Amino acid sequence: MTTKMFGAPVQRTEDLRLLVGNGRYLDDLGEGSYEAAFVRSPHARARITGIDVTGALDVDGLIAIYTYEDLTGRVAEPLPLLIPHPALTHGRTAYPLAKEFVNHVGEAVVMVVATDRYLAEDACERITVEYEALPPVVGIENAHRADRLVHDDVPGNCAAHLVQEVGDAPAAIAAAPNRLELKLDIERSACMPMEGRGVYARWDAADESLRVYTSTQTSTGVRAAVAAKLDLPLDRVECVTPDVGGGFGVKIVHPWPEEILIPWAARLLDHEVKWTEDRREHFISAAHERGQLQTVRVGFDDDGRLLGLDVEILHDNGAYTPYGIIVPIITSTQLLGPYKPGAYRVDFRSLYTNTVIVTPYRGAGRPQGVFAMERAMDAIADHLGKDRTEVRAVNFIQPDEMPYDHGLLFQDGRPLIYDSGDFPGSLDALKKLVGWDEFEAYRARARAEGRRVGIGVACYVEGTGVGPYEGGHVQVETTGKVVVATGLTSQGQGHQTVFAQIVADELGVPIEDVTVTTGDTRRFPYAVGTFASRAAVMSGNAIALAARNVKAKALRIAGEALEADPRDLEIVDGQVRVKGSPGASVALGTVAVLSNPLRYAFDEASKAATQLTGKADFSKPPVAEDDEPGLEGRDYYSPPTATFANGMHAVIVETDPDTAEIRILRYCVVHDCGHLINPMIVEGQVHGGVAQGVGGALYERMEYDEHGQLVNASFMDFLMPYASEVPKIEIDHLETPSPLNPLGIKGAGEAGVIPAAAVFASAIEDAEGFPITRMPIQPSELFHLRKRFAAGEIPALRRGADHAAGTHR
Amino acid sequence: MKPPAFRYHAPTDLAEALDALAEVGHDGKVLAGGQSLIPMLNMRLAAPAHLVDINGLSELAYVRTDPGGVAVGALARHAEVEADEAAHAVVPLLRQGLRLVAHPVIRNRGTTVGSLAHADPSGEMTAVLALLGGSMTLARKGSTRTVAVEDFFVGPLEASIEEGELAVAAYFPRLPGRTGTEFVEIARRHGDYAMCGVAAAVTVDDDLRIVSARAAYLSLSPVPLVLDLTDALIGRTADTAVWQDAATLAAGSLEPEGDIHATAEYRAQLAGVLTVRALRTATERAALVDPNGTTGTTSTERSAR
Repeated sequence: MTTKMFGAPVQRTEDLRLLVGNGRYLDDLGEGSYEAAFVRSPHARARITGIDVTGALDVDGLIAIYTYEDLTGRVAEPLPLLIPHPALTHGRTAYPLAKEFVNHVGEAVVMVVATDRYLAEDACERITVEYEALPPVVGIENAHRADRLVHDDVPGNCAAHLVQEVGDAPAAIAAAPNRLELKLDIERSACMPMEGRGVYARWDAADESLRVYTSTQTSTGVRAAVAAKLDLPLDRVECVTPDVGGGFGVKIVHPWPEEILIPWAARLLDHEVKWTEDRREHFISAAHERGQLQTVRVGFDDDGRLLGLDVEILHDNGAYTPYGIIVPIITSTQLLGPYKPGAYRVDFRSLYTNTVIVTPYRGAGRPQGVFAMERAMDAIADHLGKDRTEVRAVNFIQPDEMPYDHGLLFQDGRPLIYDSGDFPGSLDALKKLVGWDEFEAYRARARAEGRRVGIGVACYVEGTGVGPYEGGHVQVETTGKVVVATGLTSQGQGHQTVFAQIVADELGVPIEDVTVTTGDTRRFPYAVGTFASRAAVMSGNAIALAARNVKAKALRIAGEALEADPRDLEIVDGQVRVKGSPGASVALGTVAVLSNPLRYAFDEASKAATQLTGKADFSKPPVAEDDEPGLEGRDYYSPPTATFANGMHAVIVETDPDTAEIRILRYCVVHDCGHLINPMIVEGQVHGGVAQGVGGALYERMEYDEHGQLVNASFMDFLMPYASEVPKIEIDHLETPSPLNPLGIKGAGEAGVIPAAAVFASAIEDAEGFPITRMPIQPSELFHLRKRFAAGEIPALRRGADHAAGTHR
Repeated sequence: MKPPAFRYHAPTDLAEALDALAEVGHDGKVLAGGQSLIPMLNMRLAAPAHLVDINGLSELAYVRTDPGGVAVGALARHAEVEADEAAHAVVPLLRQGLRLVAHPVIRNRGTTVGSLAHADPSGEMTAVLALLGGSMTLARKGSTRTVAVEDFFVGPLEASIEEGELAVAAYFPRLPGRTGTEFVEIARRHGDYAMCGVAAAVTVDDDLRIVSARAAYLSLSPVPLVLDLTDALIGRTADTAVWQDAATLAAGSLEPEGDIHATAEYRAQLAGVLTVRALRTATERAALVDPNGTTGTTSTERSAR
């Protein structure tokens, strides 16, 4: 038997190439192309009163300067609003180059094309844009107060207001024996992929066709958008993603202004044009996420069981809404986690501010939702003097209640129905892993040494693998090698490896014989994109189905060659053979030859397929009526609803009594994404997610001043954790298969990051004895919270007093 | 993030370098390790017309130790100074500070003299030079002068290096008698610029009683700040000292400012905590110093890569 690949910790086949520097990223392409640079707004809100380019005209190597006035056709229209929604009553998008107003620092105003980027930046420096500066709207509270408006025609700065309700939550809370209200605050962070955005376009004037290379999470999306904006037939535009150095959400937004402008200029100039984003541009002109203010009201019984949950969210969407209101929708639906909320009401307002747009970043609204729910769970436990895990357990949806319908609509517009999950099992595993029940003894020992420690817990459920569909194409070449294509893109997740694992098992070929291509519209033109932890679920299943089609065809053809019933055949190590008599076999490559009758021979293998040398049955045409030449298969996977993964994290922290430094002593993860295709890759995903979670909880924030200037727009002051700040991560897996798809898998890409802010708040609060309501938290802030706590301005946790005695949590 | 055009000079010895600097005057910048200059060029925060690259000046790639102290040439990398055992034996504060300078990859390229010439008050080496009362050697075509540390640092990112001058060496003198040192700091992330850092030097007598206690502060003032805290500790030993008194004394002279990583008040708190930690360790180390011990003269030199 061929070794089973599905489930094995197969080493990533892409790594050798990437680690020795043989990756080809966007900026590695297009030697000799023109390069673009942008003059971007230095103001958060202003009217453009004049643009003077004369100073730039004598820069050597200048090719072209474009302002809004130069844009033609649909390029001059606002960028698309990608995901409309009935509640998004006041959606607004930017122009590719600012038309009259700029609405955030960093908005593109002028595009310069020159023979290289150095000269393009020289020219940018010599262009004078005159602005009439207007007072900006910065901060969620200011946006909500709406003393000033970002867009004059958007009252209250409110892009969208959406309420979802199940039951009568306010009434349930009013009638509950216990009630609490929490005010919570989460700051902005951002995806910050190692490679920023970038576009490189080649126009072929003779062919009237365009090839666009872009560092994107959706090549099919960019292709369609570029074709539409440039008024080209779809078949005249191809979009290819080279190696992509990380996405984490920001590259699912499309088309970015540059993704339209660069191809447009390439066609206009009849010359290759490239733009590679630099880090400062990424900070001020790409996208951020996370910023929300939340008010959580809960009513609960004496066991801590939720009777009513009422959440109001003020969501900062930045200056425009090209990606719709996906983020707050996810927050408001995924907030529920593994719990039954009783009656539930969630009300969000998505508000404009004069800041960089807000679009999904790994976790996509879930970290904020989990923060709200888990802060509430901890508050309930504290209020009742109960163990925090006990309160969670009484609220869990039980395994026998699956599938569980929350009665809400999810981000894909479909019902929020959990397909499976074992939440009590996950919590038990986590408590065992972290040693929850032994922690008080540890705390007592630490206290005796003058150390202050705390433990936190947080749970989440993540809808993964959202539709509408993905497809896969599998082809066996006459050499026996198998080539696989799927349309969605890769940003380093290991798709080449896991998809090859699936195909190797389905077809019975060695994994080394399988090559996978992603994100190239020349190879597979139908796709949605890589986001929402969906690649393995969507493309993985589609590729499995396609491989099954290929296998069926291979067995049929081989059956004819071997004069055997296809049902008696199996494929092992690339050989189709009769079960039980391995002597009777034909290589899969030979089957591929047989599948494609030829007129012309070019080598020994093809000779066997030519009409005049091969055996022929003259009663039939060379290709049967309902058949196709070639040993290949294509299929699609389109699920009825998303599949729901879940996980639970625990962290033990130590806070320095003098310096308020926060040290991570242990970080434990229990994770359930159904069957694991490759445990090593899943753990890698969890590690990366936790690293970003640590960043979002303890280090990263977007520091806007009152003028709308992002004052920490560099890696010197925007603090991403280094390897030295990321703890060792201990992981345990549960495997509750999804009943929704053939492989029984769920997504894993975002898992690690989702509960991080919540779990750190839980642990720091436990160490300090007063509530933590705002994340991220840095030592300076913790120092001031302690002072306010000491001054009686912050209430103690109820367990605070017992804390000192070390008896309770 | 691409620099504007500049003319690149690559002298191969000191005389050529000084010629080049004399020629380009105020339009020139010296490139050594480039750890601060290159980002500033790329962000167009600096736009010198000329760049004089001294990486070919192998004669300046030295760490020379004598019983009186350590001389570090302009092309000695942080990592080399940090690893130099002879230098460590005579001026242990060098390694104590250097291990806190950013990350190993930065220390492999960045030069100690370059970081002093950059005069960043958040730089560990500025505090080390200040606490030790060291000096800088500045050369220009035809002449050389030595500037004491108190005259060298003029303001944040501003040193008294004149047009046409090259900082060719720094001298870190050995502290006399039974003196112990320590360098501690707190940064947001490992290797970041510190929110606050303290370098301390404590001298004790034969009865291990404190006779002198001084501390240099990082990231708290425009130029390196050295405070004499002897009054709070004089006559005490490591066991009887009331460290907090020293922190309180220091606090009266500190005027920290706030930024996005630390409020002024938090910085003051850190200064107090770190003053205590640095002085305590320095005092403990002082007790271990053999006042009659001799340190051999050694010289470590290497060629420029």
